[in-house]
Amino acid sequence: MTGTAADKLISVEEVVARLRPGMTIAIGGWASRRKPMAVVRAIARSDLHDLTVVTHGGPDLGLLCAAGKVRRAIYAFASLDTIPLEPHFRAARQAGAIEDEPLDEGLVHLGLQAAAWRVPFLPTRVGLGSDLLRDNPRLTTFTSPVPDADGEHELLVAMPAIRLDAAICHLNVADRRGNAMFLGPDLYWDDLMLQAAPTGCRFISAEKVVDTAELAGHGCLHQMRISRMMVDGVVHAPGGAHPTSCEPDYPRDEAAQRAYADAAASPEAWAAYRAEWVDVPEEEYQRKVREGR
Amino acid sequence: MTATSATRAEVCVVALAECFRGDGEILANPIGTIPVIAGRLARATFEPDLCVTDGEAALVDNDAAFVAPEDRVLEYWNPYRSMFDWVWSGRRHVVMGASQLDRYGNQNLAAIGDYARPTVQLLGYRGAPGNTINDTTTYWVPRHSTRVFVERVDTVTGVGWDRAAALGRAGRFVDVRRVVTDLAVLDFETPDKRMRLRSVHPGVTVDEVVAATGFELVVPDEVPTSRLPTAEELRLLREVIDPEGAREREVPTPA
Repeated sequence: MTGTAADKLISVEEVVARLRPGMTIAIGGWASRRKPMAVVRAIARSDLHDLTVVTHGGPDLGLLCAAGKVRRAIYAFASLDTIPLEPHFRAARQAGAIEDEPLDEGLVHLGLQAAAWRVPFLPTRVGLGSDLLRDNPRLTTFTSPVPDADGEHELLVAMPAIRLDAAICHLNVADRRGNAMFLGPDLYWDDLMLQAAPTGCRFISAEKVVDTAELAGHGCLHQMRISRMMVDGVVHAPGGAHPTSCEPDYPRDEAAQRAYADAAASPEAWAAYRAEWVDVPEEEYQRKVREGR
Repeated sequence: MTATSATRAEVCVVALAECFRGDGEILANPIGTIPVIAGRLARATFEPDLCVTDGEAALVDNDAAFVAPEDRVLEYWNPYRSMFDWVWSGRRHVVMGASQLDRYGNQNLAAIGDYARPTVQLLGYRGAPGNTINDTTTYWVPRHSTRVFVERVDTVTGVGWDRAAALGRAGRFVDVRRVVTDLAVLDFETPDKRMRLRSVHPGVTVDEVVAATGFELVVPDEVPTSRLPTAEELRLLREVIDPEGAREREVPTPA
């Protein structure tokens, strides 16, 4: 008997339905670049709460903080690129509204890699001498059991695996089975986040969803970095990274990002922004973007 | 055009370029407008083998600091993840900013006040712990003030010389080379690695620098004046590297 290949095409709402309160969720992209904002907006509208967010932070982290969805942030920075500091994340931190688990950017890399490889930690010297070891008690030091080139057993940091419950990334083009390509300058950590998350909760959204036979024609072989072995659900979400950039499909929408950042000014400003840009179906969001509101 | 007509910004560019002298074939990774221009100037003159980035995901061969994507001369695809290959293998010299710096070059980028509940949340730890424990680091402070140069930083994101010494062998790759500001050049070439006034920019007095620093600087009896750009450096800066004058917007020349 012949099996049927999995069709993983699902809606944004189905992604949210597979998430649970209290989950640790990695969000792909970098700062204000290729963030899975359609899914992030849907999480902001949902009943989910107490999430731990693992991110190279941008408006994904800020929006979820503003919406009260974040219990803990695992991150090295939060920035909107052209607006250097993420205002909503900043407000949450200064209000003591979220728990903070700081890392160095490279430690995020090692923690995801350790989780993907199913080892408890990876060794590094990153963190030694800094206050990271004070501010992130999950980081510990150890003496290397293996001598270095000079025969010395040096002091190292054990970067623990960042254990995920889910991962969500936005790519340029995908097929219905979960293969996908990045067509911009950088994959960021998307593939590692998907590999670090458990089977069943690994989601991508994509600007285009095409037949597998057409996929390679959209770029070159070495841009085919997301395999269906890493993906459980595919969302067709044109404009799904807006207002962050999704090169080469579209640049960052600076005016829209400015409006988002300005909404951090007061609870009233946030309520107005939320009503207009978050508490609306994604189709309506995209229509408003296309029509210049 | 004479060298004496150099602006304050151009003096800063040259002072930062000088930080890369002797680095050879490594990734010069200056962050910020004037540092980026300085990296280009060092490569265009006395450090021809330096590698520099386009600020995103490529290493580029252009002398011009700010070029359209289609005008880049590409040398290497350098996505963010590749940066750690350079950092962790010791082939990078970064120029970072600092919200706070202390006398041993400990840097704070993360938060002002108590870290657990900061009065001002800044960028975060970013890559500072990894940069400083692995590679040469220089700091660029466009406005030298007692707000930046403090007795004690609130959070140590970048490792300074005293903490490196306390680590012993584990701190052997720490190399906080220099701090360049709009007023002066500082270094750590003292027996106990305390910050020293290396030179003051033309038109700046030693007293001005001391007053703008919130801890006791090591001040030699004779403090030289920061060197002026050569005529060729000025030509490169004004005609090739930064013809639009972005440097002047970051550090205006005092009236």
